[in-house]
Amino acid sequence: MTVQTSRRGFLRASAGLVIAMALPLPMRVMAQEAAAPSAANPPPIPPNAFVQIAPDDTVTVVIKHIEFGQGPLTGLATLVAEELDADWAQMRGALAPANTPLYANLLMGAQGTGGSTAIANSFVQMRRAGAQARAMLVAAAAAEWGVPAAEITVAKGRIAHPSGKESGFGAFAEAAAQQTAPEAPTLKTPDQWVLIGTDLPKLDTAEKSDGKAIFTLDQYPEGLQVVVVAHPDVFGAKVGSVDDTAALAVAGVKAVRTIPQGVAVYADNTFAALKGRKALKVTWDTSGAETRDSAALLAAHVAALDGELHEAEAAGDLAAMDAPGVTVVEAEYSFPFLAHAPMETLDGVITLGDGKAHAAFGSQFPTFDQPAIAQTLGLPPEAVTIDVMLAGGSFGRRATPDAHLAVELAEVAKAGGPGSYKLMWTREDDIRGGYYRPMSVHRFRGAVDAEGKIVGWQNLVATKSIAAGSPMEPMMVRDGVDSTSVEGSIGLPYALPNKRIALANVETLIPVLWWRSVGSSHTAFATEMFMDELLQAAGKDPVQGRLDLLPDGREKVVIQKVAEMAGWKGAKQGEKGYGIGYAKSFGTYVAQIAEVEDRGTGYPHVTRVWCAVDCGIAVNPNIVRAQMEGGIGFGLGTALFNAVRFGEGGHVVQSNFNNYRMLRIAEMPRVEVEIIKTDADPTGVGEPGVPPIGPAVANAWRALTGKATRALPMLSEEIA
Amino acid sequence: MTTITINGESHDFNLDPDTPLLWVLRDELKMTGTKFGCGVAQCGACTVMLNGMPRRSCITPIKALDGAEVTTIEGMSGPEYDAIQAAWRAIDVPQCGWCQSGQVMSATMLLQQLPAPSDEEIDQAMAGNVCRCATYHRIRAAIHDAAKTLEG
Repeated sequence: MTVQTSRRGFLRASAGLVIAMALPLPMRVMAQEAAAPSAANPPPIPPNAFVQIAPDDTVTVVIKHIEFGQGPLTGLATLVAEELDADWAQMRGALAPANTPLYANLLMGAQGTGGSTAIANSFVQMRRAGAQARAMLVAAAAAEWGVPAAEITVAKGRIAHPSGKESGFGAFAEAAAQQTAPEAPTLKTPDQWVLIGTDLPKLDTAEKSDGKAIFTLDQYPEGLQVVVVAHPDVFGAKVGSVDDTAALAVAGVKAVRTIPQGVAVYADNTFAALKGRKALKVTWDTSGAETRDSAALLAAHVAALDGELHEAEAAGDLAAMDAPGVTVVEAEYSFPFLAHAPMETLDGVITLGDGKAHAAFGSQFPTFDQPAIAQTLGLPPEAVTIDVMLAGGSFGRRATPDAHLAVELAEVAKAGGPGSYKLMWTREDDIRGGYYRPMSVHRFRGAVDAEGKIVGWQNLVATKSIAAGSPMEPMMVRDGVDSTSVEGSIGLPYALPNKRIALANVETLIPVLWWRSVGSSHTAFATEMFMDELLQAAGKDPVQGRLDLLPDGREKVVIQKVAEMAGWKGAKQGEKGYGIGYAKSFGTYVAQIAEVEDRGTGYPHVTRVWCAVDCGIAVNPNIVRAQMEGGIGFGLGTALFNAVRFGEGGHVVQSNFNNYRMLRIAEMPRVEVEIIKTDADPTGVGEPGVPPIGPAVANAWRALTGKATRALPMLSEEIA
Repeated sequence: MTTITINGESHDFNLDPDTPLLWVLRDELKMTGTKFGCGVAQCGACTVMLNGMPRRSCITPIKALDGAEVTTIEGMSGPEYDAIQAAWRAIDVPQCGWCQSGQVMSATMLLQQLPAPSDEEIDQAMAGNVCRCATYHRIRAAIHDAAKTLEG
């Protein structure tokens, strides 16, 4: 199947042979009138927004979430197919264009993908759309055949009646479009499911294996100019002066324009644009720029812990730590800035003309991007259309509340005039372009009594707020505490009777952003490392010690399961170290055990990882396992190798994969994943595989070598 | 003028001789299966077959290619390629998909050289191909799977 073709078919179809096109319902009005829609109670958007049935029996599900590997294309199509009683082979997926009223994420109220919510917010809505489309097909068949609808059955894409009449969906697509959709059809009970919960093959695998999938960069509209932008090389700097003589002399370079983001080079082809940019002479005005180096930034974070703190959580009395006979443990962990480094760098295509703009790119938050383009170009919002393209990874990078890429794309078009433009960031632009996972420092103080009971737990966190200053601030920041700064530090399930978690907000001009698993990428890491250190002081085993602190519940189940999978016998067994990491993020419970060896390289070699996950109902266990495997590799490479460092004058030291090292195949451990069977509502899996692996490895390494990890990444000398 | 045979067809290019093959394939021929990932031969997303061997097209200027034979993912065929494609689908290897053309090119050329590679040989042959989604676990399994198909 081809995502692009089917999506174009849906968007541009003029014929009325599809349910999607034929129902004359005022969808926008209905969506706006819906009272407080939620994931459990989706607004009454009719199925025509989501389901397209073609005469050839193919069913295309319009996917309101961007697909960049985490699987919503397959997952949402599964939910529709289940209630439609379709055959999996007839299913297709097409990414929805920007249209907030129709395609809002019901957990956000905005069209956007993030927080591992794609399945969770669509679980009722997509099944309902499938059930509605099924009811309309059945009604059409009943009318045509002159039989009661109740006598008609549907299975594996075939509509049948005991009289022997039988048909595929396509023959009734047009007639079904004339039927009225039932508002709230009865959905199947879990025992009736035939697709949900099975390892269905992904809809986008074939075209991603043979090079046919079309991504943003693969678009070549008529008359296209390729544009690269010279960005300032320290954050907060501005263009001082530009000498574009040499750049304009490069064959194929059409123009050079200064835009607010930097200096844009327009060319006939990519190589000319790159060569032209190299030939530019730009001086940057760094007055007011962020010029601190990494050491100074780290010192600022540490100092902030002695400054103003915002209380995030408290219980009991920390004076228990000062009682005689208790053992106090202290530790400070530092985490670096991180780039997301998706394989496809940021890019976008825009066509401007006739008072309209059409953009096509990996827009993760169309609700932010569409008005941002309109505002930049001085157009009314309805004059701006966005096609959401398949994206080569994101890990948070494309979810930008400030819509900075969309704005840059619009500025390029504005400065270039009517025409088509493809903006491409290079890998160096990506690594040096900011919007990093913020640096953080976690200061811990804990204590255990003579019986080994934890009697105190204090975690002070210093980091830059991701949400402050963004449209998300009102939702995410309360009393100076950005929930993303402390998620994973607060609300721990462990019995910690006396605890305090407090936050210091650090100011820098370095733009920061959510990075796969957001706060938990550092909070859960620090928490789980300190837990191991405290349990050791208490003379307890890392697994049993955790279990002793947990109530009976889902967290305990995943830890017990992973220990059983790994055949846990203790943290050090001969020449191998074993460590556990546990984290609940985005509603999903994950425990992992890592097996590590010391091969004299200065960092742990991770040979095996066991993973137990409880994400509620696993709509597609194949994808759940893939996300855990991938999350483990992503988190492991980061823990071992990654940091974005700032050198003299605030210049980013790293530039490309030669010094921002990616995990490679030889470093990928064997991974075993088990999914806990449950009937709880589904939660996300895109991010929750990441947080436990770092601490699991660090804990295993400490058990094996005695070396505690206090600063990340573990192989620090690699990052010169 | 540079003459290159690409996927069996001869092409004459009158371009800046420093133009990397990657951008010739993409911008001139609209063969977009070959991807840009790093531009410095660090990630393998741009891997093509040059005279039967893997080559990073992002650092290969066309001036070095006069008379060369290049095969891109669009022009791949043969039992090893078919076995790799079947295994990639059976195991659902790709996630975001951006690096997968390069992975498939390297994996196919590995099987052309070594019909039944060990884990170590796979790790060595695939070391130049980065997957940010870390689908490595499945890449390894799929290469073994394809090797078994070819054997049988």
